[in-house]
Amino acid sequence: MGNIKNIVIIGNGISGITAARHIRKRSDDPITIISAETDHFFSRTALMYIYMGHMKYESTKPYEDWFWGKNNLQLLKGFVKKVDTDKKELQLHSGKILGYDILIIATGSKPNKFGWPGEDLKGVQGLYSYQDLENMQIFTRGIRRAVVVGGGLIGIEMVEMLLSREIPVTFLVREASFWDMVLPSGESAMVNRHIREHEVDLRLETELEKILPDDKGRARAVISSGGEEIPCQFVGLAVGVHPNIGFLKESKVDTDRGILVNPYFETNIPDVYAIGDCVQYSEPLPGRKPIEQVWYTGRIHGETVALTITGKRTPYQPGPWFNSAKFFDIEYQVYGNVSNVAGKNETSVYWEDQAGKRSIRLVYAMDTRTLLGVNLMGVRFRHQVCDNWIRDKISIDEAVRNLNKAFFDAEFSDNPLPMVTDQYNRQNPDHPVHMKKSKSFISNIFS
Amino acid sequence: MNPGKIMKYTGIFLFIIAFILSFGLLTMSDYILTEEIINREREGKKYEIFSSEARGMFGRKYEWNFTFINDLDDVFKRTNQHIRDQFWISDETIQKIIDLARKEDEFVFDTSLIEKVFTERNKTNEAKIRYLNDHTGWMDGRGYPDRKNLHDDLVKAQTTVNNNIVYQEGYGDYEIKQLKFSLTKHASQGILLENSWIWFLLTIGMMCLGGMIYALAAYGWRKPGIKNDGIFFSSLKALGWMGIGLGIILTGFYVFIYFYPEYVTNWVILVDPLSRLLNGGEASHWFLYGVLYTLAILVMGVRMFLKYKGNNIQVIRTLSVMFFQLGFAFLIPEILYSLNKPGYDFKNIWPLDYDFFYGYNLDDLMSGGTFGWFILFWGIMLVIIAVPFLTFFLGKRWYCSWVCGCGGLAETMGDPFRHLSDKSLKAWKIERWMVHGILVFVVINTGAVLYTFFTGQGSLLGVGTDQIRTVYGFLIGSIFAGVIGVGFYPLMGNRVWCRFGCPLAAYLGIVQRFKSRFRITTNGGQCISCGNCSTYCEMGIDVRWYAQRGQNVIRASCVGCGICAAVCPRGVLKLENNKEKGRFNGPALVGNKNYDPVTSA
Ligand SMILES: Cc1cc2nc3c(=O)[nH]c(=O)nc-3n(C[C@H](O)[C@H](O)[C@H](O)COP(=O)(O)OP(=O)(O)OC[C@H]3O[C@@H](n4cnc5c(N)ncnc54)[C@H](O)[C@@H]3O)c2cc1C
Ligand code: SF4
Repeated sequence: MGNIKNIVIIGNGISGITAARHIRKRSDDPITIISAETDHFFSRTALMYIYMGHMKYESTKPYEDWFWGKNNLQLLKGFVKKVDTDKKELQLHSGKILGYDILIIATGSKPNKFGWPGEDLKGVQGLYSYQDLENMQIFTRGIRRAVVVGGGLIGIEMVEMLLSREIPVTFLVREASFWDMVLPSGESAMVNRHIREHEVDLRLETELEKILPDDKGRARAVISSGGEEIPCQFVGLAVGVHPNIGFLKESKVDTDRGILVNPYFETNIPDVYAIGDCVQYSEPLPGRKPIEQVWYTGRIHGETVALTITGKRTPYQPGPWFNSAKFFDIEYQVYGNVSNVAGKNETSVYWEDQAGKRSIRLVYAMDTRTLLGVNLMGVRFRHQVCDNWIRDKISIDEAVRNLNKAFFDAEFSDNPLPMVTDQYNRQNPDHPVHMKKSKSFISNIFS
Repeated sequence: MNPGKIMKYTGIFLFIIAFILSFGLLTMSDYILTEEIINREREGKKYEIFSSEARGMFGRKYEWNFTFINDLDDVFKRTNQHIRDQFWISDETIQKIIDLARKEDEFVFDTSLIEKVFTERNKTNEAKIRYLNDHTGWMDGRGYPDRKNLHDDLVKAQTTVNNNIVYQEGYGDYEIKQLKFSLTKHASQGILLENSWIWFLLTIGMMCLGGMIYALAAYGWRKPGIKNDGIFFSSLKALGWMGIGLGIILTGFYVFIYFYPEYVTNWVILVDPLSRLLNGGEASHWFLYGVLYTLAILVMGVRMFLKYKGNNIQVIRTLSVMFFQLGFAFLIPEILYSLNKPGYDFKNIWPLDYDFFYGYNLDDLMSGGTFGWFILFWGIMLVIIAVPFLTFFLGKRWYCSWVCGCGGLAETMGDPFRHLSDKSLKAWKIERWMVHGILVFVVINTGAVLYTFFTGQGSLLGVGTDQIRTVYGFLIGSIFAGVIGVGFYPLMGNRVWCRFGCPLAAYLGIVQRFKSRFRITTNGGQCISCGNCSTYCEMGIDVRWYAQRGQNVIRASCVGCGICAAVCPRGVLKLENNKEKGRFNGPALVGNKNYDPVTSA
């Protein structure tokens, strides 16, 4: 490459930071990372744990503060107001102008608001940034009730956060069952029960109409779609996020809902790349959404764009889909494709324990009997094993036979796998399988 | 207020009342020294002097233990002064020896000259002759050109002898410490003596009860799941004034138990009945310590059951440390004592058990018949067979978080403080230097002591083996393992000793790092870098650093408590034993076809 390129990254989230780290491994070019949020990279996914007192902000930083200097990654705190791709310049809020040779936009998302009356009142907010967290700390102090709107992952996290401070919560969920646009009905019902067990006032099929102010401009109640007035002092809006691209409006960078990129994360402008939550694929990969707003896709974007920028042009090629979350005390993992309503040619083996707190679902194609996906509640499986199974298109029978290999729960935990096998054999009397015995503790010691 | 809260406050209330009462108890005895009491300590000639010096205290009633102890100190001081005067080698004596050594043109020293100086033959003079002889043997027959040269050498011997008189003939520091404790305890009078059981229940018992009630209220009817809410807002658990206060109290408690037990005899009296029940004898301050230590593990162990219910491995592991503490560390040794056998803790392993190979212990064991020899054999087998083999198969966790007493306390009483360990790279560096340095130290110490045991030589390469032993015992055995190791729980986390100080942990760690089937597997690409795992690692391992790059966690220090895997909200971590092949796996994230482990390294 020869000549030195000045690389500038907007956004110090997982995608921008991963790109910077991987570029640094392969090149000595100057790298500047700009962010308006925090001085250092922290884990957004851990915001809830700061609020709940499980962690301090300090412990959410994946790298110690000396890391950046040591790796010669320059951090700049500031907000980028404008991007001029002709002059290859950024204009910061402070008025400062910053030139670049290569620009990576990794500005993440912003919480959605749908124009509800009262949505800008004090005590009404989403949860995305560190500043949101600080506001939430302030506006939930000493309150008597909170309302959370939106039955998704951030919504349920907000509910859990509030409960940890013993604040009663009313949870408005538009759908007929929690997160049922993603979870199959069994799993979704399990979460409904679990939410109610925590004494949350869960209102399914209920939407927000408007938020009422008190005389100080602060929320005092919400009106639900049923017309009911629910008194509350805090309203959490968790109805999804959208790419954070407002500052690009006047630029020549092509956007739709997000910044449009090809499989190499190249935008329509040469030397301008975009990665992470703020990106929309011009041509989504089969079976994948055009905008992916999860941690690990941001990371993979960063890994991939780093290769391209350092001379090894590489397309985005993620493996089979996976994800994980936690609903209060129930962990959730998914590998491969599991749809909320089984497709025409799909069926599944579903086991749920008696207490209704754990379940395993193996989805497969009816005709070829190929394993399509695994959905787990309260059970952990090995990513590597599931990934291989799905890539190798193994059959459901083989998967059931080898379930032990995938089991990732702690030693001495109750092993549900034999029950899954039984369930499978009941459903498939013509295809009975025997799960390979897991080695006993003793024989495992000597193997 | 809901019932849970009421119960919580009840627990706290009971605990605090009992806590305050137990400090009040320290003032609740009177002290009267009598002839019968000191008669029990009759030993040697010095006793006569001691008893005459102590006479002034007889029958006098002291209301405060510190005035009593103060006077006792004086008695010992005067006794020793008396003895020192009696055995003092005067300058005159030295001059006389020199005069006798004079030859025509030089001075020739000869040990036989010493006797000639002491004309009167009595026990005192005989002792003086013996001591001077011991320290001048090397000068025997030597010629000196002038008076001054001989004088210099003789003064050296004189000084040494005079400095050591009290250790030889009077009361040495260690003996004074022991006597002060037993005299104070036996001189105690008052209500504690008559109703020790009741007072025991009202203080120690009620603290346990309060703790249990609190734990039950805090976790009892909560559903299984992670219960770390509010930890970083807690004054006690997050270095607030309560945490610092508790740190000071715990540290102070250790300082008193280890170095000034005579001030806490009233507490020891409380456990006298229990001691009589178990071994027939009265309680020492070590017995008190054992009782409190065991109770702390049992009560806080119950708290662990409640906090981690639903998590089988945590429950079983806690049961295990409770069992080993109660059975192996506490009851079995007591029973052995009562059978007149050495009170050995069968799970304590050298070099944590650093005095196992000390001469007095070896003498004890070798003269203890088959049983003594068996203990010796067992102790050696633990070091050379159990540690390497079990650690190879299971990782060092088999000991550190399932069996060990220090680990047992850390995993139960220390659990509320586990997040206070320092996770920085710098702390890791300091840890490696310290813990391996102490391993080297203990090996040198034990080597030196064994050298003395087998050869009878008191010094090795110019250093007294006794001195090494004393320094190790004081700095590492008492200050580090005890005072700091536990006293600093609320300040630096519950594994300060295990991480920075324990030589056995260092040994286990070396095996675990280089030759073991144990690892913490990280789960593909599932990590979201939240940091729960690192935060709750009591050993200060930055688990997230491994997890977020898909690399197995293999660290010498990992005690395998499994809490990282429990608190991980995404199911990323699993402690397991497996084939050694592929154990060190480098960065290996799953989910990106173009993932390049080299660039990620
Ligand atoms: C509460 C919460 C919980 C979550 N939990 C999970 C989870 O469990 N699993 C999961 O997979 N995903 C989770 N996510 C989603 C995940 O955090 C995001 O997908 C991921 O953080 C996106 O990373 P990013 O690097 O694209 O953007 P971001 O992390 O959003 O980083 C973008 C940065 O750019 C800065 N920035 C934006 N515009 C400008 C500008 N104009 N000038 C300067 N700086 C700017 C922003 O301030 C921000 O710091 C969660 C998100 C939230 C909010
Ligand atoms: S707790 Fe789990 S998800 Fe969080 S950083 Fe550790 S391994 Fe990753």
